Amino acid sequence: MSIPLCTANDEEEREESAPSTKEPENRSVLDTEISRRDFVKAAGVLSAGVASGAPKLNAAQQAKAAAETAPQMVTLTLKINGAPHALTVDTRTTLLDALREYLGMTGSKKGCDHGQCGACTVLVDGRRVNSCLTLAAVAQGAEITTIEGLAHGDQLHPVQEAFLEHDGFQCGYCTPGQICSAVAVLEEHKRGDLSTVSWQTGETSAPELTDNEIRERMSGNLCRCAAYPNIVAAVRAASMGERS
Amino acid sequence: MNPFQYQRASAPEEAIHAVAATRGAKFLGGGTNLVDLMKYDVEHPSALVDINHLSFNQVTTTSDGGAMIGAGVRNSDLANHEIVRRSYPLLSQALLSGASPQLRNMATTGGNLLQRTRCYYFNDTSYAECNKRSPGSGCAAVKGFHRIHAILGATDACIATNPSDMNVALAALDATIHVQGPKGKRAIAIHDFHLLPGNTPHIETTLRPDELITAVELPPSKFAGHSYYLKVRDRQSYSFALVSVAAALELDGSTIRSGALALGGVAHKPWRSPEAEHILAGAPATEATFRRAAEAALTTAVPRQHNAFKVELAKISIVRALTTAAKGVQA
Repeated sequence: MSIPLCTANDEEEREESAPSTKEPENRSVLDTEISRRDFVKAAGVLSAGVASGAPKLNAAQQAKAAAETAPQMVTLTLKINGAPHALTVDTRTTLLDALREYLGMTGSKKGCDHGQCGACTVLVDGRRVNSCLTLAAVAQGAEITTIEGLAHGDQLHPVQEAFLEHDGFQCGYCTPGQICSAVAVLEEHKRGDLSTVSWQTGETSAPELTDNEIRERMSGNLCRCAAYPNIVAAVRAASMGERS
Repeated sequence: MNPFQYQRASAPEEAIHAVAATRGAKFLGGGTNLVDLMKYDVEHPSALVDINHLSFNQVTTTSDGGAMIGAGVRNSDLANHEIVRRSYPLLSQALLSGASPQLRNMATTGGNLLQRTRCYYFNDTSYAECNKRSPGSGCAAVKGFHRIHAILGATDACIATNPSDMNVALAALDATIHVQGPKGKRAIAIHDFHLLPGNTPHIETTLRPDELITAVELPPSKFAGHSYYLKVRDRQSYSFALVSVAAALELDGSTIRSGALALGGVAHKPWRSPEAEHILAGAPATEATFRRAAEAALTTAVPRQHNAFKVELAKISIVRALTTAAKGVQA
């Protein structure tokens, strides 16, 4: 995948120093600051390669190797939480990495990076997706909503309120994904989407959002702290709130 | 992941031309499987041609009363489409039992047909032996831990299974796959689309590399009232099938006029069982009939050390799925 541009310890610092994301800005990997620590590490790897006497390649082999390993760049505009962001990235960059590493939006989390845990869940044109398996280039032109875009100023989204009220987390790492997913669950339920539980219970016309339905519909979001009972309670409460 | 060129196609011909003209290029749909395998270094396309913006996203009724499903229709949209819920509940059930809601929102009909195996050894390049990844290198699964592997139609070259739920339902429903390539269009029956491993497990379908799946067609529904998709797995949700059964019955009172039975999680392709269907046709819809059908479906099973449990599991699952199908579904 793309080269990590910061370590976990740098994250807080980056988050605070991240420029305002309201205005379109053009950023590329070359603009990004490389820390002294990362530079020293990279230099060490390079000198080790020289010292070990890597086999020499002829000019044609060198050209072929360079073509196969040269990053292919693409310039994009991503519309995130209503604001356009211009950026130039390696085609390999996922939407998740674009958000976290290039645009300073670290709310969406990287858990497994393979579409298995749901920590990276964002809404693309209102649909919940795994941003770790979505290439940034594919997301161009879509309306992307992240956890950062759910609240209106200081007014939290009802699902965020419900997670607070029902203590729907412990460490909080999976929470942005859980909340984005739950926001979509309510929309999907409102328009009458079915789940495999709906077919099993025979409730195939506007199924009620029972706890079993919530568990099934939230199964794409794992929680290593196992805060599941409270997550279910939060989603249930949010769905009741929307009904009243 | 290796670097690759990215190109967004706006018409099928443009996409097909781009893939045909670039060695190692692939079509990119939802990316849920391809991008994942690129991260594991199992897939290394030189270029990705993005087909997400082609207008292949409709489900329509055909002139003969069947359904035409655009290859770009997302799994979640297909499962919830009115035509599918009403006329092909088996397909809706199969789709909704696969993956997670997020993945179903991304995954396309065409991509799901081409979903690659979840064999641990195929997905982990630290194992040198895999005839799928590296033809002729051997099969680590045969010698390794193969609890999730095939019991039907496998060879010593490969015991991987097809992981798709959708494919199992499409096999039972006699789907036709419409494809388009540089030389024109053709239609492939689902039974001829996926291949058994033989000695060439790296060749998984009869689709050519530069051919694009454009649609999946279903014949008029005979089974809307009596079908059931049963998926047995290690977790209740968001897990691949150990065994799955697509059971569909056309009943005349309590007599079975015709039946369709396909199994998932047991073979390199969705495993349709003509032997079981032969027993079902004309027989009373009773548990005794279903037991005979189950025995017939597993006659040729070849279990291995860790997956022998799948034979009995498949038989029990077939009986349960047929019993549930006979009772009828509420759409």
